[in-house]
Amino acid sequence: MNLAEKILAAHAGKERVSPGEFISARVDVVLANDITAPIAIREFWKLGLEKVFDPKKIVLVPDHFVPNKDIQSAEQAKILREFARAQGVNFFECGQMGIEHVILHEKGLVMPGDLVIGADSHTCTYGALGAFATGMGSTDVASAMATGDIWMKVPPTIKFVYKGRLPKHVGGKDLILYTIGKIGVDGALYAAMEFGGEVIEKLSMEGRFTMANMAIEAGAKAGLFYADKKVVAYAKGRGKRQPVVFEPDADAKYEAVHEYDVSGIEPQVALPHLPSNVKPVSQVGRVYIDQVVIGSCTNGRFEDLQVAANILNKKKVNSNVRCIIIPGSQQVYMDALRSGYIEVFIEAGCAVSTPTCGPCLGGHMGILAAGEKCLATTNRNFIGRMGSPKSEVYLAGPAVAAASAIAGKIVSPGDLAT
Amino acid sequence: MLKGRVHKYGANVDTDAIIPARYLNVSDPYELARHCMEDIDLDFVKKAKPGDIIVATTNFGCGSSREHAPIAIKASGVSAVIARSFARIFFRNAINIGLPLLESPEAVEATDAGDELEINLDAGTINNLTKGKTFHAAAYPEFMSGIIKAGGLIEYTRERLKNISGGAAKTTKAA
Repeated sequence: MNLAEKILAAHAGKERVSPGEFISARVDVVLANDITAPIAIREFWKLGLEKVFDPKKIVLVPDHFVPNKDIQSAEQAKILREFARAQGVNFFECGQMGIEHVILHEKGLVMPGDLVIGADSHTCTYGALGAFATGMGSTDVASAMATGDIWMKVPPTIKFVYKGRLPKHVGGKDLILYTIGKIGVDGALYAAMEFGGEVIEKLSMEGRFTMANMAIEAGAKAGLFYADKKVVAYAKGRGKRQPVVFEPDADAKYEAVHEYDVSGIEPQVALPHLPSNVKPVSQVGRVYIDQVVIGSCTNGRFEDLQVAANILNKKKVNSNVRCIIIPGSQQVYMDALRSGYIEVFIEAGCAVSTPTCGPCLGGHMGILAAGEKCLATTNRNFIGRMGSPKSEVYLAGPAVAAASAIAGKIVSPGDLAT
Repeated sequence: MLKGRVHKYGANVDTDAIIPARYLNVSDPYELARHCMEDIDLDFVKKAKPGDIIVATTNFGCGSSREHAPIAIKASGVSAVIARSFARIFFRNAINIGLPLLESPEAVEATDAGDELEINLDAGTINNLTKGKTFHAAAYPEFMSGIIKAGGLIEYTRERLKNISGGAAKTTKAA
């Protein structure tokens, strides 16, 4: 069995599972946010229960419209607060919070080997830990909050093997954009993506979280990494539970195997309006930008801010650009502060925000007007994603984002005059 | 039997197009329906009539897990969506809330905006009344039919909780 099959079989109490098989699986973590939880809670009450199956396994994180941007979003968040307090579930908001897919593993709530479902499509992020994590809707989450299990169809798995050595300024974001550019936004539809190879073995945890995060942008059900020593050390330092490491069998079956030698690739940029519309940065052409956003569940971690700060150090953001930096969690914010990066950002002329999903989905803190262009480290560049349907979002990693903020147009860090 | 006129769209109609995130600070279905499709088709809300059917090509509903997307479509009066293929989370959400989805590349190919369709969900047939042609949709897996027959996932789960001996009662008492 491959990695996805092993984790699912263990949670379904079966010796083996095969692609296409319907299973009922026990869940370790159930997640929802300020957009999806109000509907999940409404549906939960329809079941006639008073209590969730296990409050320790449920996590509610208001992060999309917080700090509450208007009365309506405040009313939505209030539904979560009241439910969370009454039920005693895990609950994190302003001041002790962050973006859900940055804090769950940071706080040790997800461990290797877990089965995680979340009412947010980027729940697949936790695949970096060797967990099977997948996004679902509010009604699925309502049912799982009641029963502790979930129905699932075992997906086929597509394996991705990365060979060679990563060039300078190329990271996890570039690898996943490159991959989505190759296979398309439905290239892994209904399938699990399993990532491996010598490049992945050397890749940081941050880089792996970024890659797993965007598996959904290829239509995948999950993006999975084998929990190697680096993963186990990361998880053990944070979690209260023991990690469970599943390893794919040597004769595991895959629907397809893609091998990429990435030694010569450049930083990648996804052009409007699909994450698969990817080009190497040198082929993007002259694109002047009005805004840069560095943050989100894709690239709002410490390493991302470190990469950006090293490029922005002693430089100034172009006077035509609004550069918004959003640490993904209070911990990331504090670490960046102690490392001097927040000072670097403010001296360069960036706006630094408290953790929030904010602009990524056109919520608040950086909405685009008609005709404006933004280069963002976020995960989606659909029409209207960050504001006006007549605006444009380009996706890249933090290195290209920081360099472009200085240049005022999309450039590679290597193109900046030193 | 479902019957209505067709609104036709292309590939990769994403959940931000179906209901932009800026409206997700509410969850009332009819409020959401007021903004359905607006970033790619400002006229949809004006044109949509009860029973209407959305027809699209590949990967319909890609992107977010927001259940608000199928909810907005259903509250717009749309009776079904037909596509070559659907994004996974959207497919699941639609089944869970009782919005019928049909996969039929042939029907998509032969259908134009404004055509009148008649759908028989039990038989899995799509009848294009304008063109005088009938198509078959892929059958739902048995497991999913159970959820559809129960009237959605919540009803299905409620039945399950009743059947687990003392399940619901036990969960309540444990509180």
